[in-house]
Amino acid sequence: MGIVQKIISYKEAQQYFKDGMTIMYGGFMGCGTPDGLVRALLEHGARNLTIIGNDTAFPNTGVGPLIVNKRVRRLIASHIGTNPETGRQLIAKELDVDLVPQGTLAERIRCGGAGLGGILTPTGVGTIVEQGKTKLTLDGIDYLLERPLRADMALIKAKRSDRIGNLVYERSARNFNPLMALAADMVIVEVDELVEKGEIDPDIVVTPGALVHKIIIAGRG
Amino acid sequence: MDAKEIIARRVAQELKDGFIVNLGIGLPTLVPNYLPLGINITLQSENGFLGLAPLKGSPLPNLVNAGGQPCGIELGGSFFDSATSFALIRGGHVDATVLGGLQVDCHGNLANWMVPGKMVPGMGGAMDLVTGARHVIIAMEHCTKDGGPKVLKQCTLPLTCKGRVHMIVTEMAVFRVADGLVLEELGPGVTVEQVRNCTEADFKVSPSCKQMAI
Repeated sequence: MGIVQKIISYKEAQQYFKDGMTIMYGGFMGCGTPDGLVRALLEHGARNLTIIGNDTAFPNTGVGPLIVNKRVRRLIASHIGTNPETGRQLIAKELDVDLVPQGTLAERIRCGGAGLGGILTPTGVGTIVEQGKTKLTLDGIDYLLERPLRADMALIKAKRSDRIGNLVYERSARNFNPLMALAADMVIVEVDELVEKGEIDPDIVVTPGALVHKIIIAGRG
Repeated sequence: MDAKEIIARRVAQELKDGFIVNLGIGLPTLVPNYLPLGINITLQSENGFLGLAPLKGSPLPNLVNAGGQPCGIELGGSFFDSATSFALIRGGHVDATVLGGLQVDCHGNLANWMVPGKMVPGMGGAMDLVTGARHVIIAMEHCTKDGGPKVLKQCTLPLTCKGRVHMIVTEMAVFRVADGLVLEELGPGVTVEQVRNCTEADFKVSPSCKQMAI
């Protein structure tokens, strides 16, 4: 492991962005979103994106600028209230938005990365969330069948990586990042610090390096 | 004492020592200010930690609450990913959640996540919280800004959950949800008649109905 060179620049990352692709992004209200990668995606100019993440942060943080600059065709998220532009585009029918309960969103992404065909959750039973979904009653409890989510690419943020991509997160910036690292065909991580192989205790690694395809050091080229 | 303080003080009495609690944004965040002496609770933050605390001193990087604002963490706190966070919530490991409401009805249904065509912020973690928390307490002002009722026969807005609300606390009343609403307590200086005038839902009056002790 570790023979492939994983460290790249933002410029090099741009070759992987394409119009119409599906991208997962880590973060909660922008905390734990790889801001440099979002900027690189914005500068690249890819359009008609489907993006999957918890929320659309604020107009000028997290993935907010992707919404404001109309790069997104479809959004799958649990909350859009802090970015008024997302709500405006939704009501004006410029943007398709699937609102998913946050715990269901996390589990659908986990399923996508874990080879599972779906989960059964009581969340959303008796609400509009159940529309169009299979409902099952097991031991007297109603559940909705929620299907997995996967993406072409996951853009994630970690505190520290070694050269093979073993990741450690910081505080509440962990959120969806470790789940998305399993659920996309290509995983690019932006990290604050790069260390040598062996410098991260294997006991504290959260995301194994085997899942990470490319590493970018935040703020560098 | 304003309406919000009455509500926060009364909700605080529902939380028992050692409870793990998730508070919605807005009014519910006032509740910890009024915990009775000797009652210690642990706050769960849906974005991935136990031990949510007020911000003291300058903000630490990458530490925000469920509203995205800088906050602190208690000694002994722990961080985890969103799947674990919602396993705690959905899996019955959160003892109580306190959430605001746009409408609540006598069947224990709650609507608090959208007003079609006007406000569609999304449900965030609210649907999971009301589904999984052991006690679901709705903390809200009794009437809308226009004076209309919020405690209804039947919610008219899209639901957050069906039949999961255990208690409604307003500045006028405490209702327990048990096969219909039961009025358990009255706000300071409030009469049963006044509660009836401001409440669309029918309710029974508990034989032990009393004034809130706040």
